[in-house]
Amino acid sequence: MNLNTSILKYIEDVKSKTFTVEEFVVETLQRIKDVDGAVHAYLSLNDSALTDAKLIDKKISSGEKVGQCYGFPISIKDNICITGTKTTCASKILENFIAPYTSTVVNRLQNEDAVITGKTNLDEFAMGLTTEFSAFGPTKNPWNLDYVPGGSSGGSAASVAANECLASLGSDTGGSVRNPASFCSVVGLKPTYGLISRYGLISYANSIEQIGPMTKTVKDSAFLLNVIAGQDANDDTTINNNNVNYLENIEDGIEGKKIGIIKEMTTSEGLSSEVSMATKDAIRDFESLGASCEEVTLPTIPYTVAAYYTITSTEAGSNLARYDNIRYGYELESEGYEYNSYISKSRAKFGPEVTRRIILGGFVPSAGHAGKYFLKALKVKSKLISEINQAFEKFDYLIAPTAPVQPFQFGEKIDDPVTLMLLDYNTVTANLTGKPAISVPYRVINGLPIGMQIMANSLKEKALFQSAYALESKTNLPEVPL
Amino acid sequence: MTKIGLEIHCQLTKLESKLFCSCKANYREFEPNHNICPVCMGLPGSLPRLNQKAVESATSIALALTCDTPEKIAFFRKNYFYPDLPKNFQITQLNVYGDMSVGGEGYVSVEDKKIKIRRIQLEEDPGRIIYEGASERTKITLVDYNRAGTPLVEIVTDPDFESPRQVRVFLNILSDLLENLGVAEPGLEGAMRADGNVSIEGGNKVEIKNIGSFHDLEKALHFEITRQQSLFERDIEIAQETRHWDDRRKITVSSRSKEEDQDYRYFLENDIPWVKIDQSTRDRLKENMPESISSKKERYVEKFDIAPQVADIIASDKYYSKLFENAYSDNNAKDIANLITTDVIGFIDTKEKQENSKITSKHLSDLIDAINSKTITRNSAKVALQEIMKSGNDTKDVLKEMDLGQVSDSSKIDDIISQIFEEEKQAVIDAKERPETVNFLVGKVMQKTKGKADPVKTLELIKSKLTQ
Repeated sequence: MNLNTSILKYIEDVKSKTFTVEEFVVETLQRIKDVDGAVHAYLSLNDSALTDAKLIDKKISSGEKVGQCYGFPISIKDNICITGTKTTCASKILENFIAPYTSTVVNRLQNEDAVITGKTNLDEFAMGLTTEFSAFGPTKNPWNLDYVPGGSSGGSAASVAANECLASLGSDTGGSVRNPASFCSVVGLKPTYGLISRYGLISYANSIEQIGPMTKTVKDSAFLLNVIAGQDANDDTTINNNNVNYLENIEDGIEGKKIGIIKEMTTSEGLSSEVSMATKDAIRDFESLGASCEEVTLPTIPYTVAAYYTITSTEAGSNLARYDNIRYGYELESEGYEYNSYISKSRAKFGPEVTRRIILGGFVPSAGHAGKYFLKALKVKSKLISEINQAFEKFDYLIAPTAPVQPFQFGEKIDDPVTLMLLDYNTVTANLTGKPAISVPYRVINGLPIGMQIMANSLKEKALFQSAYALESKTNLPEVPL
Repeated sequence: MTKIGLEIHCQLTKLESKLFCSCKANYREFEPNHNICPVCMGLPGSLPRLNQKAVESATSIALALTCDTPEKIAFFRKNYFYPDLPKNFQITQLNVYGDMSVGGEGYVSVEDKKIKIRRIQLEEDPGRIIYEGASERTKITLVDYNRAGTPLVEIVTDPDFESPRQVRVFLNILSDLLENLGVAEPGLEGAMRADGNVSIEGGNKVEIKNIGSFHDLEKALHFEITRQQSLFERDIEIAQETRHWDDRRKITVSSRSKEEDQDYRYFLENDIPWVKIDQSTRDRLKENMPESISSKKERYVEKFDIAPQVADIIASDKYYSKLFENAYSDNNAKDIANLITTDVIGFIDTKEKQENSKITSKHLSDLIDAINSKTITRNSAKVALQEIMKSGNDTKDVLKEMDLGQVSDSSKIDDIISQIFEEEKQAVIDAKERPETVNFLVGKVMQKTKGKADPVKTLELIKSKLTQ
């Protein structure tokens, strides 16, 4: 049985009885057993995956109505809650937190008969770009185990790339879906802010983050979005998408479309020569597909990483304040502690990156400094929004490589937080502006993947998929060597 | 000059659910920590869902206090660590970047003075901390989150009050108004709380917190003014600080905590999108608003020519005004109002008595009819009232049973007058010399008839007998 298949092909095969759901899930669990010791994509597995698969088989054989997912196996980033299972955020502070409710996205998946394989690794509280900040050890890149898988949804990307599931849900605050998608050669979508409910997603920077599908193909991404997108009464920030079918007309192509090549992201100092070359190829591909490409400049972009870290740290400082180890958490005898000393003792469990951002988050919005940092960051954000809206008046798409570099080795950048932060340079714009963006696997050079990023205007996911599908069809990538 | 400002918090207990989840707004009947859910406990991954009705209730309050109400409002996070705060931030509102809270400037008329309202905001109440043994030095501190997330309205005034008495009058007016609007029950314990700030001429502003009741607030303000005055007289600087009311010792105590230095790092709560409150919503809220106490009072004075003091008493009390509203007709309104303020109030002056009283509006109109048709005297009405409150029996039956029918038969009254003239010879002589003392004789007749004699006829007959 070939586990390196798409969701859509899988559904066809299950419908045509090429294999049963149980057979595929058994095989997938075996694959996890075989490779996850090396990859470490998963933090925990779903004990009832097999039972769930059998139930769906029963539905199929008895002619009962079956959800549109037909039991395909999907992994979930471990910052998304599922009733009765541990949701750790890869943090010691939530090591034993068992969620008493299920997130809207997982609810929708389960209602459509997807099988959850387990919860995947991430940088602690989704803060990082390599999964090296996971409190439970890093995830390895299936393309080369000495290399980082990207982050923070590194476990999700690796689980899909290593065929330990057919798809995964990650979350993207500044590139956390697209960056590991690029590093592991999978498709990663960050949708329009508000398109997917965040109910059950543990907040890091709630004003800009979104859950996003990570899949093997562009069509699978559209399929998954069909399942999980749309308004949710549990999340006031969700917007009505009028039940768009994102798969419909996905093969329509991009002839006559206008593409802006973002100058700041394609000429930046940190861009590697491999990535730069790949970008030039991608531009030629787009032109050969009938689109016209032109350079566009968004002058605020050089300030976005600073603004991004200012805003996200402010929100993180507030969102993570609840982890005081009073209502839930880990064993810590409270007797003899005064409230403040208990709290500082409790919160010492946070790892270095989270601690760094909480400290930053206490400083940049504080009374004496907000004007210089936080309020200025908000200005950068609104300036960027008006620039990008102006660009979308002229262009259908804006493109740039997803990450300025290819995956690097473990330990290479972890002690250099500023260099790490610059990895976000090409991805944070979509978060700060709320626009949708997708990373499409485009090249594998020296055995390491490169992804191309396409951005579209708000709620233009359908058009975004059309361009991503067109680009994907121009590629011919090797299989993962694992 | 003494300046006092207030910060009032009032729970919107008339709402069905909490501000951001479907737990009950009226948390009082639950066992500790039994009115909670992932949202009001701030569990990881939960998101607030704004209760739109709370926005409407708060907007109604803003409109009733003549506040500016913005087209759209936003919520902010106030960040601080405290065990009663599940998320370690409170979702509240802020007006530093322009009007974004449910209410901007407004005012309340207190006697002849206008007290300016600075702002009104909608926010969530925190949980409740219980110190074992009611002392902060205890080793055990318990937290009950049933209250966490209850919709709370904060009303901040300018320092426009000049005395604790004015504060009391204002708070009475305000709590009547909130109750009248049907959004709050200020009578419920802890449902309405007020903190104050005080400064005297030439001194710094001192905030007083931890005040349990309005009664204590008045005491705390008195104490604080006296304290500041005595410092001033001795040339000691009055420090700008926050002081806590020590309920046991009945004094204010400097709070050593650095509360005033706290940096709340306010920023927008992005989980709640901006809420639009368009003109049509505001118009609808205004339309559905019960008549305000002040306009009720105005109506009583203008339409029925009721004395302003009488109108004030009736309009500002729900019980009396309901009695009045259901009893009056165009030609007896004034009499009904007077009957309430001169007699009814004397018997039913507490909430408890109001609840126990069996009097209805029909009783009042029947009594006034009886007086006006000279079936009974005003005095007899008062006697009958007492009985009606207890039994609730029909007015006619009560009058009959108690034999309160008016004596207007001239010969009967004449007989009694003759008796009195026999008994009170000196008074008769006095009355002949000084006609103004005649009332003594009228009183005697009334005494003898238990107030049943027609007073007008009695006076007439006495006068004519005196000239015989």
